[in-house]
Amino acid sequence: MVHLTDVTKYYGSKRALGPVSFEIEKGNTVGFLGLNGVGKTTLLRILACGLRPSSGTALVDGFDVLRDPHAVRKRVGYLPELPPVYRDMTVTDYLTFAGRIKGMSPEAVARRMPEVQERTRIVEVRDIPTGHLSQGYRQRVGVAQAIIHEPELLILDEPTHDLDPVQIMEMRAMIRSLKDSHTILISSHILPEISRTCDRLLILNDGEIVASGTEEELGEKLFASRRLAVTVRLEAAKAGDGDRAAAVGAARAAIARVPGVTGVEIPDSPGSVDRDADAVSFQVEGDTDLRAEVCRALVESGHDVTTLNRAERGLERVFVGLVGKGGTWH
Amino acid sequence: MALAATGIIFRREFNAYVRSPMGYIVAAVVLLIDGILFYVTALGPDSQFLSGEVLEQFLYTASGMTAIAAVALSIRLVAEERQAGTLLLLDTSPVRDWEILLGKFLSALAFLSLITVATLYMPLLILVNGKISVGHILIGYLGLTLLGGTVLAIGLLATALTRHQLVAAAVASVITGTLFLLAPLAERVGPPFGRFFAAVTIHGRHWAGFQDGILHLRDLVYYLAMTYFFLFAATKVMEAKRWE
Repeated sequence: MVHLTDVTKYYGSKRALGPVSFEIEKGNTVGFLGLNGVGKTTLLRILACGLRPSSGTALVDGFDVLRDPHAVRKRVGYLPELPPVYRDMTVTDYLTFAGRIKGMSPEAVARRMPEVQERTRIVEVRDIPTGHLSQGYRQRVGVAQAIIHEPELLILDEPTHDLDPVQIMEMRAMIRSLKDSHTILISSHILPEISRTCDRLLILNDGEIVASGTEEELGEKLFASRRLAVTVRLEAAKAGDGDRAAAVGAARAAIARVPGVTGVEIPDSPGSVDRDADAVSFQVEGDTDLRAEVCRALVESGHDVTTLNRAERGLERVFVGLVGKGGTWH
Repeated sequence: MALAATGIIFRREFNAYVRSPMGYIVAAVVLLIDGILFYVTALGPDSQFLSGEVLEQFLYTASGMTAIAAVALSIRLVAEERQAGTLLLLDTSPVRDWEILLGKFLSALAFLSLITVATLYMPLLILVNGKISVGHILIGYLGLTLLGGTVLAIGLLATALTRHQLVAAAVASVITGTLFLLAPLAERVGPPFGRFFAAVTIHGRHWAGFQDGILHLRDLVYYLAMTYFFLFAATKVMEAKRWE
């Protein structure tokens, strides 16, 4: 659906983007993640035919953004960071204008209007001028204008910009509901928005894509290791603290003996040692997935394993590692 | 699609004039000042003009007010959209720049023509009470429309250049003012510059025929050519800025 080859964008001598190359399959929802000013909007505007790349090739559904811009524009729905709404028009008039300007016939717009207003949940404000709407509604109207002509590619630049938490949840739900009918590109510097909505992530830093993949893949690529969280019940240690310490040591040793384990530690968190449940949790580092081996070793050494999971790393940590700075995410 | 897109933009822009206070303010100011000047010229206690001269005087002052109104109506057309971010909707839609500009130009011309038509009661008063021909009025109003169209095109070029309406107003005023002032300058400067100024000025000899009720083909061609030139320049500016 989207194919970029060595795309760059310069403003004078300042490089804003690239060289960037990637492909996006039809039907995917892809998130562009990066701090402010790393080139996300530049990249999306090139794909929406709103910005000319300095070099490289950008294809949307096989059409070059420079050679066939109108063919691309017909296939793309674009929501910029600030929704491009005319404040003097009612929602329905505005969407009619947007549909018509994108090449739809009046009949097609009239047919499509109820569905679009229903999907973006703006039916109740359809006769109100957009200038009188809240930011949340205005953003939904922005999404509505982007999908009115049923584009194959939907580009949403910071779709939760300036929304309150409830509006953010509603916007996420709306985007998820659009995944069936569109290939979607979303940019954001807000990590949960990306991780909860997208199938794949492209992380940008300083105008370049520094990593791509699912959140899990990115974590594995970055840390080059696998981490397990194991909770063990210490049946043998009910007598006293001395016996408990010995039992914890025995369990730790049993894990450490497993080939491939590179580290065992008790996390520095309140729930790691649960005296009431007589359990202790370990974090196990290994160079492969060692869940089966660790479980077997603990059972064979007389310990009861109550939980065994691959530890979640979280996108924020991945992001920090990739861009190499503190960041300003939420 | 080409004319359809122009028509869609025309309707949106024309409705924007009707919905916004700006359109009414411009109309009110033009009607007020034209009315006052007409009263002073034609109905004032010391008025000794013949009816034909009153009409010529009215058309002369109306030409200035039409130019001012054209600048006021045109400066918002692109700059406001650029400022509000709505131009992105047009820029990322499958419409060509000339379609966008033509729709905007025609909407402003239609609204300006409505304002101009609203002044028609003054020449009609002269027609009823004096001795002038309907043709003189028609040719005079054709001149006002052509002059207004040219200044609108200048305003479109100015508004295409910037995102600030004040800057657009300044640029449009400077270009229009200069083209107006070339008329008196042409009378005071010898050839070859005097002849050049006379040929280029937006008023002066090109306007005089319309004011006198005489239609010269060369004047018609001049205003149409000037309008085309500034619309063409505005289109090129839009094309260059669309991808920025």
